[in-house]
Amino acid sequence: MTSLLEIRDLHKRYGTVEVLKGVDCSMRQGEVISIIGSSGSGKTTMLRCINMLEEFQGGTIAIDGQEIGYETADGVRRRKPEREIARQRALTGMAFQQFNLFPHMTAAANVMLGLVKVKKMSRDEARALAEKWLDRVGLLSRKDHYPGQLSGGQQQRVAIARAIAMNPKLMLFDEVTSALDPELVNEVLQVIKALAEDGMSMLIVTHEMRFAYEVSSRVIFMNQGRIGEEGNPREMFLKPKTERLAEFLKTSAFN
Amino acid sequence: MDFGFIDQLWVARVPLLKGLGVSVSISLLSIVVGTVLGVFVGLALTYGYRPVKWLVRGYTDFIRGTPVLVLVLASYYVLSTVGIDLGPFQAGVLALAVFCSSHVGELVRGALQSIPKGQTEAAKAIGLTFPQTFAYVLGPQALRQALPAWVNTAAEMVKASTLLSIIGVGELLLRTQEVISRTFMSLEFYFFAGFLYFVINYGIERFGRYVERKTAVPS
Repeated sequence: MTSLLEIRDLHKRYGTVEVLKGVDCSMRQGEVISIIGSSGSGKTTMLRCINMLEEFQGGTIAIDGQEIGYETADGVRRRKPEREIARQRALTGMAFQQFNLFPHMTAAANVMLGLVKVKKMSRDEARALAEKWLDRVGLLSRKDHYPGQLSGGQQQRVAIARAIAMNPKLMLFDEVTSALDPELVNEVLQVIKALAEDGMSMLIVTHEMRFAYEVSSRVIFMNQGRIGEEGNPREMFLKPKTERLAEFLKTSAFN
Repeated sequence: MDFGFIDQLWVARVPLLKGLGVSVSISLLSIVVGTVLGVFVGLALTYGYRPVKWLVRGYTDFIRGTPVLVLVLASYYVLSTVGIDLGPFQAGVLALAVFCSSHVGELVRGALQSIPKGQTEAAKAIGLTFPQTFAYVLGPQALRQALPAWVNTAAEMVKASTLLSIIGVGELLLRTQEVISRTFMSLEFYFFAGFLYFVINYGIERFGRYVERKTAVPS
């Protein structure tokens, strides 16, 4: 069985600073993987390489066997055409730390945009699907509200609905609760948890250790641009093998 | 025989109305052409490849640093020396449109750059191509952002249209001056012309406010 996501020897540089120094990772359908690590360890960058929000200089990323972003012909590595990259980006869905909802559109319109313009659905189809997903995140009654009229937690749930409605093979969560007031964190985590129970494949960059522990089938600890340690959450959190992870867990709020 | 201002105004109604019509045409044409051009200028300034960006940057800086009157005179007198023979109306509108485009270009650039990067990223993440991202995400937001300043620029163009009187375009100011040279009622007729300009600009401003209100995003 081919894996859903296959990352091989991923290298990423900003100028002369190498932020990813050879990451290998493979993920099966239905897995929920949390990526933890201190800031600057490269976890968000790795996530953003997967949907080509960041370019990367070495290695390959494949989703369902499809190479993402670059192709190599006659030994020359080339960026794929933009149209192709746009199409590949729709293989994944992403939720951002800052929600990034489109402020001039209602919640429903935010969800519908990709369905109509990328998936080429009719407006009626798209509306029905958008309402279904807004209902799933508990915000059907807010469908005609604009982002500015919603709380942070509600905005993030709409943003998740917007990504999920596109029916991605893989969901990427980039510190989705970091910008939220503490009392709003839980409603968002509940939504992610429900998606995990539905069997959605997810990569979750998070600082919520308790949540990572509870929801993940596997945890990856990033350290200085490499995978420092990975395993099931029980082993990782309770019996860390490396000193770096043990140290990291001590300073983070897991207890 | 006592010719009061109202009588003189009645006598001069045809040239003044024609002048008003010409002024409105000049303004409208230069605003429309200048805005369309300006959007491209703004796009080039924001997304253009480096050589394009530098070229357009040079264009806007040069135009914005030149007095409009100089542009008008250059357009009329200099272009004809290189074989482009424009009538005063065409030359004047060209100068104003070019001037307008450099200002609108800066407005568009500023508006586009004020949109957080996350908007583009979110649009990319759902698979939108760049033209789609621009059409549905960036453009509408930039439009709202740029509207108040654009109204300002449009009003400036109406005022700048008076400069075309220098090259003999029979717009409102020139017509007014002609009427004054016949009647010697300078105060009254200048005041009247000023009032008409005010009405046009007030109309533009009201229109801008109306569009602003219509497109306002509730929060």
